[in-house]
Amino acid sequence: MNSLSRRKFLKISGATIATAAVLAGSAKTFVKASKKISERKGLEIIPTYCDLCFWKCGALAYIEDGKLWKVEGNPADPLSNGRLCPRGTGGVGAHYDPDRLKSPLIRKSLRGEEKWIDVTWDEAFDYIAEKMIKIKNEYGPESVALFSHGIGGSFLKHLIRAYGSPNETAPSFAQCRGPREVGFELTFGDVVGSPERTDIENTRCLTLIGSHLGENMHNTQVQEFSRAVERGASIIVVDPRFSVAASKAKYYLPIKPGTDLALLLAWMSIIVNEKLYDAEYISKYGTGFDLFVAEVSKYTPEWAYVETGIEPDLIRETAREMARYKPASLVHPGRHATWYGDDAQRSRAIALLNALLGSWGRKGGFYQTHSFSIPKYPYPPYPELKKESVHNPNNKYPFATGEQISTGIREATITGKPYPIKGWFVYGTNLMQALPNQNETVEAIQNLDLMVVVDVIPSEIAGWADVVLPESVYLERYDDLNTSPFKEAFVGIRQPVIEEPNDQKPNWWMAKKIAEKIGLGNYFPWKDVEEYLDTRLQAADLSLQELKTKGIIKAPQQPIYFEDGAEPEFLTPSGKIEFYSSQLAEAGFDPVPRYTKHPDPPPGYFRLIYGRAPVHTFSKTQSNPLLKDMMDENELWVNTDIAEKYGLNHGVYIKLKNQDGVVSNKIKVRVTERIRTDCVYMVHGFGQKSRQLRSTFNKGASDSELITKYTIDPLMGGTAMNVNFVTFEMEA
Amino acid sequence: MARFGMVIDTKKCVGCQDCVIACKTENKVPEGHDRDWIVTESHGKFPDILMEIRTERCNHCSNTPCVSCCPTGASHIHDVGGVVLVNHDLCIGCKACVESCPYDARFIHPDGYADKCTFCIHRVEKGLKPACVEVCPTYCMHFGDLDDPNSEVSKLLQSRKYHVNLPEAGTQPNIFYLI
Repeated sequence: MNSLSRRKFLKISGATIATAAVLAGSAKTFVKASKKISERKGLEIIPTYCDLCFWKCGALAYIEDGKLWKVEGNPADPLSNGRLCPRGTGGVGAHYDPDRLKSPLIRKSLRGEEKWIDVTWDEAFDYIAEKMIKIKNEYGPESVALFSHGIGGSFLKHLIRAYGSPNETAPSFAQCRGPREVGFELTFGDVVGSPERTDIENTRCLTLIGSHLGENMHNTQVQEFSRAVERGASIIVVDPRFSVAASKAKYYLPIKPGTDLALLLAWMSIIVNEKLYDAEYISKYGTGFDLFVAEVSKYTPEWAYVETGIEPDLIRETAREMARYKPASLVHPGRHATWYGDDAQRSRAIALLNALLGSWGRKGGFYQTHSFSIPKYPYPPYPELKKESVHNPNNKYPFATGEQISTGIREATITGKPYPIKGWFVYGTNLMQALPNQNETVEAIQNLDLMVVVDVIPSEIAGWADVVLPESVYLERYDDLNTSPFKEAFVGIRQPVIEEPNDQKPNWWMAKKIAEKIGLGNYFPWKDVEEYLDTRLQAADLSLQELKTKGIIKAPQQPIYFEDGAEPEFLTPSGKIEFYSSQLAEAGFDPVPRYTKHPDPPPGYFRLIYGRAPVHTFSKTQSNPLLKDMMDENELWVNTDIAEKYGLNHGVYIKLKNQDGVVSNKIKVRVTERIRTDCVYMVHGFGQKSRQLRSTFNKGASDSELITKYTIDPLMGGTAMNVNFVTFEMEA
Repeated sequence: MARFGMVIDTKKCVGCQDCVIACKTENKVPEGHDRDWIVTESHGKFPDILMEIRTERCNHCSNTPCVSCCPTGASHIHDVGGVVLVNHDLCIGCKACVESCPYDARFIHPDGYADKCTFCIHRVEKGLKPACVEVCPTYCMHFGDLDDPNSEVSKLLQSRKYHVNLPEAGTQPNIFYLI
């Protein structure tokens, strides 16, 4: 940022203060706006939106005497309602993290050895530009791929498209919610999306099958979950582990891992056979119901009991319970859905169960979303793509639509087919823990001529880079506007509330500078990001000034339920809810989900399952001093009987060995009654191998390291990761 | 005189530690120390388990061993709301109060004085809620005047079952857990 724009920024943020202070009620403001933030006196409150996860809650940052003090929720924000989750509240720690990347780095020894030379930004960009031009000349621009996660990747995405590459992906599809989106789209013609369009707040019966809300801290959902508990909504929780949500439930179903589809089919058979479904809704909006009934009605609770271990009567009772409250009966679609390889079909079964209950489009079910319409920046058109993306050659996974398969791009990087991939940009995602089978990731990296990682911390993947670009944390930078689809349309701004402590820079600046170095400056015609944002906002009759002051601007409310006038629209081939999917039948898949049995762990082995803790996001936050103070290592949940059998004491450290002989870092045993005897559980994101992450290096174990095996979903290429078995290694 | 207290709904608490972090940032609690914390208690044999999750802190008791044992008068009862506070200037860090508290709510701050929850009295006196109450994403925490029968906290205690921690200690704690 040059000095002129810095002054302009300060002037604008000076004007921000008065209004923001009123928002917060009692804050007193006496700020001299001509100085850098860090040199100012007094209290200043600046709105922005959070980046500790992808939920993007509106926040208010408190600056006290030029120092970042705390972050609170913005009461004007519909996602946070003025309350952030623990990670958001701990967002201050991202700024103060002592392990942060401080300057651009170029590697000076082999990839992965984490040996670096500190360089200037210009030197880093020259290195990148030279390689990008070379790759373009030798292989074509398609041979550079981008892996990114989060809104911060949007300017790099623009750079990659301007450069001429179609290869742009995020692990959030094939390693996370892709199967769910595909399953719902095949059924309703639309995805669940993020934030999930679940009307938990108004539901009368909430079924969680594959969601551990409360540990999984998606702010709005947890707030609504709490309200559902308060209202006395009936809660049904299906989980091999007695989760926090299970402790709030009326019914807890301790399912055998890998058998969820059997339970879903049995539930549907009961609802169908006992005619408990929403007949009017189905006849109005559905198609293929008779074919669906013929298929699912055979799955009896007695049959499902053998698979799932859930008592037939409990299956019957819970099916009737969810039907009793229809259509305000919500079977939650979950989020991280890549489990066993038939995940799109399992997600489709969840969609179909909701269809039986008539909950899609209804109050207490799935609401219709609205998003704030803001025109894109009027960029010149991207160069015409000469080749298709490598993510899914020959359309092998026919329902991988909308987003690209990250592991497909990794595969192409290894094989060089259908064409070589020679450059990776990695933004804000630790691919070492996001993708299954770390060896394949390392193998792919060996084939690269250029590997650039943009991150705020020296993540494990940064250790494998040629060039590491240190990014400003969200509290220090602008990003693109947040117009997430939600119950009400809104636009939120992320803006700097404090200066970078060292030589970190925002992603938009990096993208623009790289573009200028490789002759693509015309794709970044704006002077700085403020001009970019203001141009976009003015096209929607808003202004940057106004949004900077308020943080959030909402559009008028529109109906979100069919019963209130929201227009039912099903973008399936038939224009209806597809109980029987001709698309699937034509592609050679089951048109109605069928049960497949998954292998059990061999004797002495346990299925490794993993999940979230409320204070951490993926493997991104473990070095944040505030969050580390809450949880600095993960634990291995082991059932009491198993612990006794194997002589494992609570609190001792052991290692895990998986079916392929891979041994984990040591992990502390948590002996508990809160888990089945056939699986063990840990929170994802620990056991990090980056030596530069001094505060979290080797703390706890990494589930990702043990996920050497993965099963690919034949519909959409998702990589199922709950298919690994581990045994205990005592000598820790 | 007002008697400040908290009513915490264990049915709603998910144990996310947001209250702990909010307290840490609001009150600049040093790394490695907490003024509040989460307790998860579970009983039973899988899958028949009963579990209670609750957020704990100084109970701002009406009968205060920590104040009685303080040799310097640093530990005292504030004239607003009966809040138990420590005067940092008077505290000699002798740890008598740390030992006397049955709830283990106190620690010695690296600057040498006994530290603990203040019910965010600096906020409360400005009409705000304590930081932990204000941040809680499950809305499980309620703060107010227990002596006012019309306060939200009093009404909750009239309408719901509750328990206090270690009633046998005889400290008359002012934090109540709805069950």
